[in-house]
Parts: sequence; C-alpha cells; structure tokens
Amino acid sequence: MSMPFYVAPEQLMKDKADYARKGIARGRSLIGMACEDGIVLAGENPSGTLHKISEIYDRIAFAGVGKFNEYDQLRQAGVRHADIKGYTYSREDVDARSLANSYAQIIGQVFTHDIKPLEVEILVAEVGSAPGHDQLFHISYDGTVVDERNFAVIGGEADAIAERVERDYREGISLADALKAAVRALAGPDRQIDPGELEIAVLARSRPRRAFRRVEAAETAQLLA
Amino acid sequence: MFPPGDGPGPSFTELLHRVGLDPPTPRAQGGNPPMELRHGTTIVALRYGEGVVMAGDRRATEGPTIAHRALDKVFEADRNSGVAIAGAAGPALDMVRLFQTQLEHYEKVEGVTLSLEGKANQLGQMIRQNLPMAMQGLVVVPLFAGYDNRRGVGRIFTYDVTGGRYEEADFHATGSGGRDARTAVKLGFSDGMGREDAIELAILALYEAADEDSATGGPDVVRGIYPTVATITAQGFQHVEDSEVAERFGNLIEQKKAMGQRP
Repeated sequence: MSMPFYVAPEQLMKDKADYARKGIARGRSLIGMACEDGIVLAGENPSGTLHKISEIYDRIAFAGVGKFNEYDQLRQAGVRHADIKGYTYSREDVDARSLANSYAQIIGQVFTHDIKPLEVEILVAEVGSAPGHDQLFHISYDGTVVDERNFAVIGGEADAIAERVERDYREGISLADALKAAVRALAGPDRQIDPGELEIAVLARSRPRRAFRRVEAAETAQLLA
Repeated sequence: MFPPGDGPGPSFTELLHRVGLDPPTPRAQGGNPPMELRHGTTIVALRYGEGVVMAGDRRATEGPTIAHRALDKVFEADRNSGVAIAGAAGPALDMVRLFQTQLEHYEKVEGVTLSLEGKANQLGQMIRQNLPMAMQGLVVVPLFAGYDNRRGVGRIFTYDVTGGRYEEADFHATGSGGRDARTAVKLGFSDGMGREDAIELAILALYEAADEDSATGGPDVVRGIYPTVATITAQGFQHVEDSEVAERFGNLIEQKKAMGQRP
C-alpha cells in the first residue's frame, strides 16, 4: 500500500512562492512612475511586437513581467473586464482599484488552488485628472495587492531598482526627467540601454479620452537626450 | 478568465454573449410597433479630395411630433471612421455604442486596428442581428464612412435592413429626407472636391432635404442648432465647429434669398 504524502501547508506555499519568484527573476524588470504629465511606464523589451505594457481603458494601463503567455492572458481578461463594465454602466465607472482587486483574486486563486502558480507580477496604473491623483497598483504572484505611491517597480531585481529610483525621484518630475530616471534605474551603474531595447508607454493626463500612447524608439532617444 | 483556446477572441459581441449580457431580441412577429417611436431622419456622406464628409440633421420625431431638436446622428466610430444613423433612434444609438466598443475592444485585445473593410463588415453583422427588431418596425440603417489607411482613400458604405453591405463610389444619403439630399449632392458633386466645397454641398443637401421632408430639421437660427458635420481624413475623425457650420448656413440662406426663391 502506498503512503499518502504529507506536505505542511507552510512548505507548500513556500515552494510555490520560490518557484514563482524564480520564474519572474528570469525576465527584466519594469517601472511605472507618476510625473507631471501623467504616468510613464518603462521596461526592457527587445521585441517590438510582444508587448509588456498595454492599454486597458481610457485612463488605465497594464504592465506585466514574467511569463508572456500568462500575463498576456491576464491583460486580455482586464480589457474584457473594463469594456464590459464601461458598456454596462458608464465609461466613468471603470477604475483601476476594482480591476486590481479582480486581478488579485484571479492570481490569488491560482496560487492557492493550482499546482503551478502564475509566474507573473503585474502593475495596474490609472492616471488622475491632476498630479497627485495617479494610482499604481502592484499585484504579486500570490495575489497580494500593494497601492504604491509615486512609483512602482515589478520584476526580479525590483528592490535594487526601486532604491535607485528613490534617489532620482521627486514630486512633479517632468516626463523627460522621469523617463531618464527610470532608464537609469533599470540599467544600473555599469550598463547603458539602447533606446531600441526599451518599451515605453505613457498615460498622458492631457489627452481627452484614451490617455494611453506608446513612445517609439525615435521619440525615446529624443526624450533621453 | 476564459480557458486558453476557448475564449471569445477579440469580439466584444461574442464576449457579451458568453457572459450573458447580449441585448434581448424579440421574436419576429411582423407588423409595426403599437406606439410611435423616436426616429432620426436625414444623414449624408460624400467623398472629397482628402477623405469623406459626413453630416446629419438634428431632428428626432415621434410620429408627427418633434421629439428632440438637438440629436446627434454622426458619431466617431474610431479614430479613422465615422458612423451616422437613421431610423429608430433607440436601437440605433445602442448599435453605435456597441459598434464603438467593439472596434476599441478589438484594437486593445489584438494590438492592431481592424481594416476599414473589416469594420464595415462588423457593422453589417450588427444590422443583421437587428433583423428581428427591424421586422417589427425598429429599422436601423446607418451609413459608415472612413479613411482607408492602406489604400489612402476615403470610402463610404451603406446598408439595408438585412445587413447587406454596399460600397458607394462617391456619395450617399439615407433617412426620410435621404432621397432629396441625394439629388442635391448628385447635382453638385464633382470628383476631388476641396474641403470647403464638400462641407457646403453636404449642408446644401440637408437644407434641401429639410425643405421637402417634414421630419428633417433645417437650421435652427433661434436656438443656434445646426446640423452635425464631420470630416474623416488621414488625420482622423474631426467634428466641424458649430461656428463654421453656422457661417456656411448663413451664406447659403443669403444665396437663396438673392435668387429670390419663393414657396
């Protein structure tokens, strides 16, 4: 007769968390930062077509790190959640907080109940009508939500990068300065990142309805100059 | 979240269906609705050098009464296309909202916009889905126009109640005053017109339609309500300012007076 295995819940959760963290650490990190003109999202991504940063709704953007197929599925779920809500009620009723909660539930559910946790960390950003009203929600692989102030870093080297961002960040920072700070923090002290290797998007406060726009390599180079 | 390979894809209407939110469609019984419904009236679209001009009057009627004096019938479908509605106002406005959401939804899920042709077909499918309602008198017949970025031209599509989609070469007008508007455009149209001429011709067409059709509203100088006019070019969908439309209408009225037209 075979003996049923007993694994302590603490051990089980720890193993899953280690597994997820390892998966996430394989990819590059990503920064979301509130600035005077809106929210800038920047990450390293050699692919020009497989995006890490995307539009969810009028004022809301999504960014993910980790396994592409997993966060892309979450992105699509987010677009669906937002579009259904906006269509059923009104465009004003779609907000990042509710979206972040629904993400947390999905990710948390998978973490506790499935054999394999999602190897992702995501960021949900909503640009406000004035500086200081921006929202950044950071959701981890286990479904933990953190409401971040001013900036958020997701990915394997998040702590080291966040420390570097902290040094350069000040409230009311301009778009160009925010981008420079973000790219410097991503690169670290002894590395330079080519503008072509960056994926950058902005939730621009001044745009009338759909605030999301991508910043292409040429504009990136100009802003970083 | 849907399991991979079993999701609704980039279609918003399919998504609504999956989550059980699709709009109720009554079973077709034929005949007309027992009450007077709100109707939108004349809309016109014509091609010019840089793209397309779309225009619509502002009146909605319920039988013989004027139900609304400032109803917009020309909408931005997405950045590069517009949709104008005639027919039962309620379902038409609903259809526009669904169509706008569908185009944006596709763009966000897929990461690219639909081709103009694809958008025109999508609208056709929505009209076909409305067929049971149309059989009961809730007819919606929109006009769809846009700038085709891949071909570099403005294009106009018309529909019938079955969702049949027809591409027009140069212009079209529908609604209760559509026939009069069409004649006016036909007489004034020339290939590759400039923006000003095209807007003036669209305004003239609406004026002539209002002149012949009781359900089409003319310019309301007292309240300052003028037709909605929009241009769609490579730069995208743009509403023509009310002040510009008012000024052109002023010129048109002066012209008519100078010609000494009498009833």
